[in-house]
Amino acid sequence: MQQTNRLKPFFENIAFDREDNTMVVNFGPQHPSAHGQLRLILELQGEEVVKAHPDVGYLHRGMEKMGENMIYNEFLPTTDRMDYIAATSNNYGYALAVEKLLGIEAPRRAEVIRTMLLEINRIISHLFWLATHALDVGAMSVFLYAFREREFAMDLMEDYCGARLTHSSVRIGGVPLDLPKNWIEDLEKFMVVLDEQIKIYEGLLTTNRIWRMRLENIGVIPTEMAKSWGCTGLVLRGSGVQWDLRKEMPYGLYPELEFDVPFSDTCDSYGRYKLHMEEMYQSMRILKQLIPMYHESESKLMAHAPQYISSSKEEMMTQNYSLMQHFVLVTQGMRPPVGEVYVATESPKGELGYYIVSDGSPYPYRMKLRAPSFWHTGILQDLLPGHQLADVVTIIGNLNIVFGEIDR
Amino acid sequence: MRAYQPKDNVQKKSYYNDRFYVTPTLARKSVYDDSVFSNDYLSLTKKVTVNDVYLELDHLVLWINPEDNISAIKHAKEILAYDFLVELSAIDYVATKGGFEIFYEMLSTSKRKRLRIKTFIKEGTAIESVNPLFRMADWSEREMFDMFGIVANNHPYMKRILMPEDWHGHPLLKTYPLHGDEAARWYEVDKIFGREARETIGEEQRDSAAIDRYDTTRFSRLGHEVPFGTDIRDGKEPDTPVRYQEDGGIKIFGIPLVTPFDEIETKNLKERR
Repeated sequence: MQQTNRLKPFFENIAFDREDNTMVVNFGPQHPSAHGQLRLILELQGEEVVKAHPDVGYLHRGMEKMGENMIYNEFLPTTDRMDYIAATSNNYGYALAVEKLLGIEAPRRAEVIRTMLLEINRIISHLFWLATHALDVGAMSVFLYAFREREFAMDLMEDYCGARLTHSSVRIGGVPLDLPKNWIEDLEKFMVVLDEQIKIYEGLLTTNRIWRMRLENIGVIPTEMAKSWGCTGLVLRGSGVQWDLRKEMPYGLYPELEFDVPFSDTCDSYGRYKLHMEEMYQSMRILKQLIPMYHESESKLMAHAPQYISSSKEEMMTQNYSLMQHFVLVTQGMRPPVGEVYVATESPKGELGYYIVSDGSPYPYRMKLRAPSFWHTGILQDLLPGHQLADVVTIIGNLNIVFGEIDR
Repeated sequence: MRAYQPKDNVQKKSYYNDRFYVTPTLARKSVYDDSVFSNDYLSLTKKVTVNDVYLELDHLVLWINPEDNISAIKHAKEILAYDFLVELSAIDYVATKGGFEIFYEMLSTSKRKRLRIKTFIKEGTAIESVNPLFRMADWSEREMFDMFGIVANNHPYMKRILMPEDWHGHPLLKTYPLHGDEAARWYEVDKIFGREARETIGEEQRDSAAIDRYDTTRFSRLGHEVPFGTDIRDGKEPDTPVRYQEDGGIKIFGIPLVTPFDEIETKNLKERR
């Protein structure tokens, strides 16, 4: 008799004695190339994948539930933990969604600083992608090189906000601090170094015979498939659609900035690799334009909306009413208007959307976090069959999935 | 007397509400304020019944009947060129309205417009899966089922996605407890060892960093080691001074190999060399 409350004994890794001679293999969740906690159940015919079943949820922390039970400002540091490789883009998307709900705009200098942080974060994320992806494919030295430059970029983040990975440096209504002394000079120095180094990475990889053999015509996502699966960001641009929210549905300062949106018609992993490299150059181009914009802007950093946002420290310490307002905002939280908002931004991974339903209370009624990697993982079940087992690692690495945001 | 807590919504609530404060509502514009959206709306009304329509923060919001979801999304995709279904999920209104709102967030890359199709279903009813139109619904509807228990009919694999397959309850319901519940507390013990082992093992330790300094079976007491499993409660803790070296140093054939460490003779550097 079966005991329902006991775990059934089963062989987790291999299903023996199948008539059709396929083998079921568990890939992950502890596999070093599973990029976090991806469990991939693969059915293999020889070395060819016949069926793939991605199993996610090992990092599920219930962020949407957490968001519904926190006041708006309280939730912001939690968004860091979604795409932890590029924390600022999560903060920014959230702050932008709440700002749109409240109907306020961040001051220009705050917006310049935010955009700078966003683009540095994009570079950090792309370097991290390059490093881990190259390591998965077997290029160890690229990993070491790319992590060195990522370290410089993280030092810049650290100089600004004190944190290296989970920044929380964007607030609802602006940014809390101005740039520190010499930060702009450091940024310029970093960009000189990075520009040289990206050329070295490209020299190591772009025409490398092994690299091309491993990436070309691997993980081909046709345009229709990418659209149907809701792929966004680099995966979509790699499938021949020139679509970047920064350009097509711009927000913040992006309408004023000049940059190109690279896209690739090859639809394969190699095309996506080239896009990542090109996007780093474009991010640097944006950063260079932001430096004069920073110097021209006024020094105000937080939006003035006393109903929703605490006053500056100076006002709080001199004016009684500002202090009272601050107490109310900290203890009870802001009460945004009743309504629904969906704001999407272009994170390094793709379209990062925040859908917030407010019922006028300090807690959001519903918070849906649209994380791009969720569907970039889902597509694996259609994409992997037909590939060799060794290519599975390439494809997972190439799609740039981060489990913090898949499982949320 | 303890304050009454409603059981149909256990979410956190504001502890103070100003009686005279009226929360503003986002302004909703007429659909005819935007020429692209009004064309879309008029085209869609020929296909399905639209119960309500308005513009909210640059989004066209359309309210349809739940049985029309496939035809509405198909029309939006094929005729109106909304080529992306960006997001779909539900909102729990069981306590107030007895059901769920389901939203389909769509994007048109050619028009650069966003559209939200919304519908309301009663608790316990299912909705037709949009998986044949957009493959992304495969995972989104699984997530919706996992979080709210809303079944999508004709879905290829209607199973939980984020929570374990044998989990009880649906976490995003307003009735779902915030801090776990009795069943979750005993979940692993019951599953692995059986209910009768509850007394032996005890409930789940929620603090993963908890350390019991008197537990000599699971924690080694660095620098104060005692034999495995020794009972050191009730003042039986032995005095074990931390020593890093033998007294008098180490000698081999009478020759000092390691000189004893002299605390007094050490020198503190003022700055790093």
